[in-house]
Amino acid sequence: MPRIAGVDVPNEKRIDIALTRVYGIGLFRSRQILTTTRIDASVRAGKLAEDEVSRIANVIEEKYVVEGQLRRQIQQNIARLRDIRCYRGLRHIRGLPVRGQRTRTNARTRKGPKKTVAGKKGIKEMHRG
Amino acid sequence: MSRSVKKGPYVDEVLYRRVVAARDSGEHRTFRTWCRACTIVPEFVGTTFEIHNGRSFAKVFVTEDMVGHKLGEFAPTRTFKSHTSARGR
Repeated sequence: MPRIAGVDVPNEKRIDIALTRVYGIGLFRSRQILTTTRIDASVRAGKLAEDEVSRIANVIEEKYVVEGQLRRQIQQNIARLRDIRCYRGLRHIRGLPVRGQRTRTNARTRKGPKKTVAGKKGIKEMHRG
Repeated sequence: MSRSVKKGPYVDEVLYRRVVAARDSGEHRTFRTWCRACTIVPEFVGTTFEIHNGRSFAKVFVTEDMVGHKLGEFAPTRTFKSHTSARGR
């Protein structure tokens, strides 16, 4: 199993799919990488020659920010928004959706599991409060 | 949709002129303003604004990090008093 960009060990899938296991690389970038390195996207990741693997690794290292570094970058960007206390930062602090979505209903990804409130209209069956 | 690059950032002209004039004359004052849509440009760094939030004015000291944001982003228009905690009752 080839190791690309640090700890990532893609499996016996097509190389274009396997590369998407790297955080920061999706299908689009994966295919871009394969065209620039002139590697057939349909080859299984395990069947790649060593120099092909290193070519891919080189391109990723030079052109893209991936994995830990990318995660850190994202966290820093959010921390900046928090520090300046702008609207987006406040939404991050509160754990609410940042991009203007409704919160009357839905928004469960940001808000987490439902917390049922007793006495709220429309709740017939009361859960543990 | 984001704003066309061709137009450049939206900056309230009157406000801009006042801020720059105050800066050049070395005068320190706060600017009471209603232009929440005005972009913060580098010239605003170090100035204090009082930004209208619909009811009162929020005091905001502009730092370098805020450049590129709009003034209104720093003066929340809604008050959210947190829910009473489930345990607290």
